[in-house]
Amino acid sequence: MLELREVRAGYGDAVVLDGISLALPEGGTLALLGRNGVGKSTLLLTLMGYTRLRKGDLLWNGKSIARLAPHRRARLGIGWVAQEREIFPSLTVQENLTVAAQPGPWDLPQVFQLFPRLAERRANKGHQLSGGEQQMLAIARALMTNPRLLLLDEPLEGLAPIIVEELAQALRHLAGMAMILVEQHAEIALSLTEQALVIERGRIAHRGASRELAADERLLERYVGVSATQSG
Amino acid sequence: MRPLEAAFWAATLLPFVVTPSYLALASQVAITALFALSLDLILGYAGIVSLGHAAYFGFGAYTAGLLSKHDFGEPLTGLVLAAIAAGLLGYVTSHLIVRFRHLALIMLTLGLGLLLAEAANSASWLTGGADGLQGVKTAPLLGFKFDLYGRTAYAYSLAVLFLLFLVARRIIHSPFGLALRGIRENARRMPAIGAPSLAHLRKVYTIAAVMAGAAGALLTQTTSTVSLEVLSFGRSADVLVILILGGAGRLYGGIVGAIIYMVARDQFASMNPQYWYFWVGLLLVAVVLFLPNGVLGGLSALYKRPE
Repeated sequence: MLELREVRAGYGDAVVLDGISLALPEGGTLALLGRNGVGKSTLLLTLMGYTRLRKGDLLWNGKSIARLAPHRRARLGIGWVAQEREIFPSLTVQENLTVAAQPGPWDLPQVFQLFPRLAERRANKGHQLSGGEQQMLAIARALMTNPRLLLLDEPLEGLAPIIVEELAQALRHLAGMAMILVEQHAEIALSLTEQALVIERGRIAHRGASRELAADERLLERYVGVSATQSG
Repeated sequence: MRPLEAAFWAATLLPFVVTPSYLALASQVAITALFALSLDLILGYAGIVSLGHAAYFGFGAYTAGLLSKHDFGEPLTGLVLAAIAAGLLGYVTSHLIVRFRHLALIMLTLGLGLLLAEAANSASWLTGGADGLQGVKTAPLLGFKFDLYGRTAYAYSLAVLFLLFLVARRIIHSPFGLALRGIRENARRMPAIGAPSLAHLRKVYTIAAVMAGAAGALLTQTTSTVSLEVLSFGRSADVLVILILGGAGRLYGGIVGAIIYMVARDQFASMNPQYWYFWVGLLLVAVVLFLPNGVLGGLSALYKRPE
């Protein structure tokens, strides 16, 4: 469904990513791991069209999307949940959800079933939500566009452990939807995905099955800099 | 339509019986309200700050004036054609406008407004320049003459305001209207969830220009004069003040603002003909200090408090 070929991308004159190739089948799930600043978020931004692509190509079902405007890519079925969440503060929860909704299996009842907290707070404004609720809303808003691929940029960052668990549960319920997950919580990210990519200084340093990487503490220590349970 | 809204629109008919000597003023209020409503669509809902919105008002006013001067004085046709002309100007300029935000946008709209005003000033063969357009004669509206008391003028302006208000209301409550509010909140985020921000902004800017042009045409037709003032910076600034006074981002903000501003100006001007802008300034400072969301924002906060 999604394919990257030798992608080199960055901002202005700076190259952040180089020689990134990957393929994600329909329904495939991929964890993107690596230390801070290695280009994980930039990879997601490149998929959405917010960086400067200097070389290589992005293919969606075999067709190049490298020159499409961000909103065209979103309409093709890429749902991006940015790290900053970017909830619309003066819109209600329900308005945040319907503001860009596209027809499909994900509708208000479905996302409220996935995130019951949002149903309780449907009439509240975006700025009245807690961090965890904002993150739920950001994911739910992306689901309402009925994407075929969900890009999640550190969805668990800075959240209380109990909320992290709640969100991880919800993400497990999304089985069948393709997903690229950037996450500092390596253990959780690997448990939610089939494949994993480790990025180091803009290049792919390791690729393999998530389960195997999760078992390889030495490799994790080297590239992600953890004990797998700690963020940072 | 909610009961309060129905009561409001019913009350707009009162000037016919209660203050018949003020119908000319009432007509001016309705026209200004329509102009402010058009600014609300772009400023209040889409976040486009404009200091040059009079460009579209004036373009509509001159179009209607030129039409009637050249013997196409039938008001409804003139109104539609003037609105379309202003809309075309709005569509063309929107391609430039929507690419900018904040200070650059303010300067750009200001500049475009000044450009058009000076162009009209120098093209005196067409516009009459500083003397205004001479020979504007509006034909009767559906058989009703535009009388000295302003009965036809007010009925006409009010009817157009009401119709276009319904259109604006429909737009605001549509998915498109919701998308505009999303863009106002975060223009960068919207494309990422599939909404073409710039296309949406161009569309609403064009619609606002159509409405502003209709308001300008109404002014021409109900007063049978067009002067350069319709394109002036003062008019752009006034309408911004009116909208902020009433409450931007609220459907009735422009209308309530226009009523307060126009009536206050009328009173201040008769009390103190030379310095009435002093009182307008004082009013504006007071509103911004004490009612940051305008008069309607203040009222709705009062209404919510007892809950």
